[in-house]
Amino acid sequence: MMQPQVRTPTVGIDGVEHEARLHELWDTSPGWKGFLTTVDHKEIGIRYIITAFVFLALGGTEALLMRLQLAGPNLTLLTPEQYNQLFSTHGMTMIFLYASPILSGFSNYLWPLLLGSRDMAFPRLNALSYWIYLAAGLFLYAGFVTGNGPNDGWFNYVPYASRDFNPGLNEDFYALGMVFLGISTTVGAANFVVTAFRTRAPGMSINRLPILVWGTLTASVANLIVVPAVSLAFFLLWMDRQFGTHFFDTAGGGQPLLWQHLFWIFGHPWVYAIVLPAMGMVSDGLPVFCRRPLVGYSLVALSTVATMIFGFGVWVHHMFATGLPGLGLAFFSGASIAIVVPSAVAVFAWIATIRLGRPVITTAFLFFSSMILLFVIGGVSGFMTASVPVDLQLTDTYFVVAHLHYVLIGINVFPVVGATYFWFPKMTGRFLDEKLGRWNFWTMFIGFNLAFLPMHLTGLLGMPRRVYTYADYGGWGALNLITSIGSFVFAAGAMLLFFNVIKSLKSGAIAGKNPWDAPTLEWSVPSPPPAYNFAVIPTVASRHPLWENRIGGDGALSSLDRGMMLDHGKETIATSALDAEPDMVLEMPHDSFAPLILAVGLSALFVGLLLKMWMLTGIGGAIAAFAILLWLWPTTDLREREPAHG
Amino acid sequence: MSDWPLSYLTSAGPRAREVVPLTWYVLLVSIAVSLVISALLWRALRRTRPEDQSIEIRDVPIERGTSGVRWISIGLMVSAVPLAVAFVWTLLTLAAIAGPPAHPGLVLDVTGRQWWWQVEYAASQPSDVFATANEIHIPVGVQVLVRLHGADVIHSFWVPQLSGKTDAIPGQTNTSWIQADKPGRYLGQCTEFCGAQHAHMQFEVVAEPREDFDRWESLQRQPAAVPSTAEASRGLSLVEYRCGLCHRVRGTAAGAVSAPDLTHLMTRRTLAAGTLLNNPGNLAGWVQNPQNIKPGNLMPNQFLSAQQLSDALAYLETLK
Repeated sequence: MMQPQVRTPTVGIDGVEHEARLHELWDTSPGWKGFLTTVDHKEIGIRYIITAFVFLALGGTEALLMRLQLAGPNLTLLTPEQYNQLFSTHGMTMIFLYASPILSGFSNYLWPLLLGSRDMAFPRLNALSYWIYLAAGLFLYAGFVTGNGPNDGWFNYVPYASRDFNPGLNEDFYALGMVFLGISTTVGAANFVVTAFRTRAPGMSINRLPILVWGTLTASVANLIVVPAVSLAFFLLWMDRQFGTHFFDTAGGGQPLLWQHLFWIFGHPWVYAIVLPAMGMVSDGLPVFCRRPLVGYSLVALSTVATMIFGFGVWVHHMFATGLPGLGLAFFSGASIAIVVPSAVAVFAWIATIRLGRPVITTAFLFFSSMILLFVIGGVSGFMTASVPVDLQLTDTYFVVAHLHYVLIGINVFPVVGATYFWFPKMTGRFLDEKLGRWNFWTMFIGFNLAFLPMHLTGLLGMPRRVYTYADYGGWGALNLITSIGSFVFAAGAMLLFFNVIKSLKSGAIAGKNPWDAPTLEWSVPSPPPAYNFAVIPTVASRHPLWENRIGGDGALSSLDRGMMLDHGKETIATSALDAEPDMVLEMPHDSFAPLILAVGLSALFVGLLLKMWMLTGIGGAIAAFAILLWLWPTTDLREREPAHG
Repeated sequence: MSDWPLSYLTSAGPRAREVVPLTWYVLLVSIAVSLVISALLWRALRRTRPEDQSIEIRDVPIERGTSGVRWISIGLMVSAVPLAVAFVWTLLTLAAIAGPPAHPGLVLDVTGRQWWWQVEYAASQPSDVFATANEIHIPVGVQVLVRLHGADVIHSFWVPQLSGKTDAIPGQTNTSWIQADKPGRYLGQCTEFCGAQHAHMQFEVVAEPREDFDRWESLQRQPAAVPSTAEASRGLSLVEYRCGLCHRVRGTAAGAVSAPDLTHLMTRRTLAAGTLLNNPGNLAGWVQNPQNIKPGNLMPNQFLSAQQLSDALAYLETLK
């Protein structure tokens, strides 16, 4: 193998000529070609965010249809099958097509900017991750719009999902779509892990990472471990359904509970994967508006990781009623109670940050701070389900529906909307309208609590989940009507966000580089940032590079204007995993059709599998192979160089 | 039945009663924590003076401030206490409710089916074994062991006033147990999603004094009475060759077991797993148009002539 060429990067100061050269190297070509080939993390991040918000709107519409059906007892707006497909598709959409991708979107956009890098470690993999997400989303929705949506809940228990009881294409769409989507999640997670450890600015040692990075990193490591379990489960299900294998079929020695174990050993860590990055947004955003650093940075970072480690040991709390031995239940009960502790660390850190700071009330701040309350309510109701005997009563009632919506809307949607208000100026150069923002916040907050707070009582009064209609036992009807009204108010609030975005894109107040006077690197570059992010690679000396002149650094000061120029090609710097010492010049790939072609090939392959059109499967596989070849074709400009040390 | 027949904040038997105080404990701790956090948050926010509102964010100086880690350590220490109590209490309660009784007074085999419950009463004499559907009679004050079977997909057995949930899973036999303190009807409901009519998969546990139970049991053991009118006799033949494809009426040629046993249909309070009250009008509607009443259930519409329907009903109403 050829020795890498050794070169010491030039260190210098940003200038007009330098920037012109970088623009030439980094800018995506305009027009449709650029649109289809771009590997710019910011472009991909925004696509992720827009696509995920579209799925949020779809999932929300499904929820509203269900809320109409449930607005009173014994209504007949929907047939049982329609209702069952709606609640299953609603869960699938919100959990797989909104909650995780929206966070991937923000992280994709923000990470290189937070980390002082010019792109993610694997830009083409990033593009692939998006295209497959889009393709898998369309694949899953193709089932729904043709009347073949999933109809066994997002958890998809066998045997009801097996062919004997579910002969249509519904479950094949869902099973193959989930395997397909798993590819996107997996490559995305791998990219985040490598990016976090290898492409940080020099000096951004591991204890200076923004908490958002900790959150997404932790979630990504977890995804790499658990997504294979669910992909396998769905693949085995498809084999059972289409080829007569017996993994889950008792008649052939299979086990229905095998599905539940495979699903929840994925499912519960996944729940943390779709909240930890959002908690990171709050940990990073809240202190900016409190005008002080986050209280207990190290504890919060460690508790993020600890939550996930505990998170691997709690999956059986979804299965307390399945007849497992009591000793086992006791262990999982203990783990599920103990996981409260790392969550409590974050809560107390946020409250202390507000208390010891000088809060400036903005819309973003309102979303971030109200999230603390919603998190606590969702957390304590989760703690109730951790106690086995109590859970045997609570589980599968509306109490759990209330719990999970406090968790997912409270800890995902509220921080995400807050993050939109917070980072929109960075992404677009314009503020979102603050006045509209207040309306946005209060309608969402009131609507949400009106819908879901009384739902705890609905559950305590015993109303079971996943029923398309109900009899009016002691006030269920009135409680459900309140919930339905609340859900429409909440939906109206969400519409205000979309309206605000559209309005402010045209006429929002201009935001400068650092409109919130925030401390981290993304605010040191123009809004919106140029394609190359940083004209010179910054050197970081503390957690708050932009606040150092006021609160001091950890000794030396960060250097933002002077740094490695890296303009010999499309380059950024690789640094060591813990201390972030410069290690290697990374040659970044140019825009490429390969990710899109690979996604198209895989789409054809999966459609072929679904319809058992083996010719199409073969063609899809061949296209995918061609794309991989194109991707891996050696080019001289991608040869990595090590800088000379010393 | 009470106003809240599926609520579990009250109980009607020892197994559910063990759990009620623990449920209230975790519920009250949860409410208290939510209130305390709300108060802390509110106090923290209140420190923002109104005039601060108009100030530009960059005019508020950044300060490193105090470390604040004490908030976290004190918060965790305070939180640890109710958590530890909850865990120990959970283990104690789990031990109290988990084990099935060593010497149950009655053993039942309950099978979850799409979308109804089959209930079999074990007996020492094979001829004394009988099955019924969607209505479980038990004597008051007796520990009843319930062996749970899944015939098709997973269902979950839940009588909140008497016991928490236990799943009925194909390929394995789970056990639950129930005991009622006093006579009454206790509502049960399937709580694992099981398909189109999961919503209408209820049952009732009827707790009765010992002598009433014994009377009920000896009645259930009897085969169906021989019809005494011409109308009912015609109804019997119709039931045998139509309904008998799925249903059983003991003592007749209707002998299939994939649908509820009809031998003593008229002793049951509801039809179609709690969907309808069992009265002649509902029964006629159900026999003729079950798909309109419970769409997707496994009983097809019957398209009987008026004569056939009245014959069938005349016979069914003799099944007491």
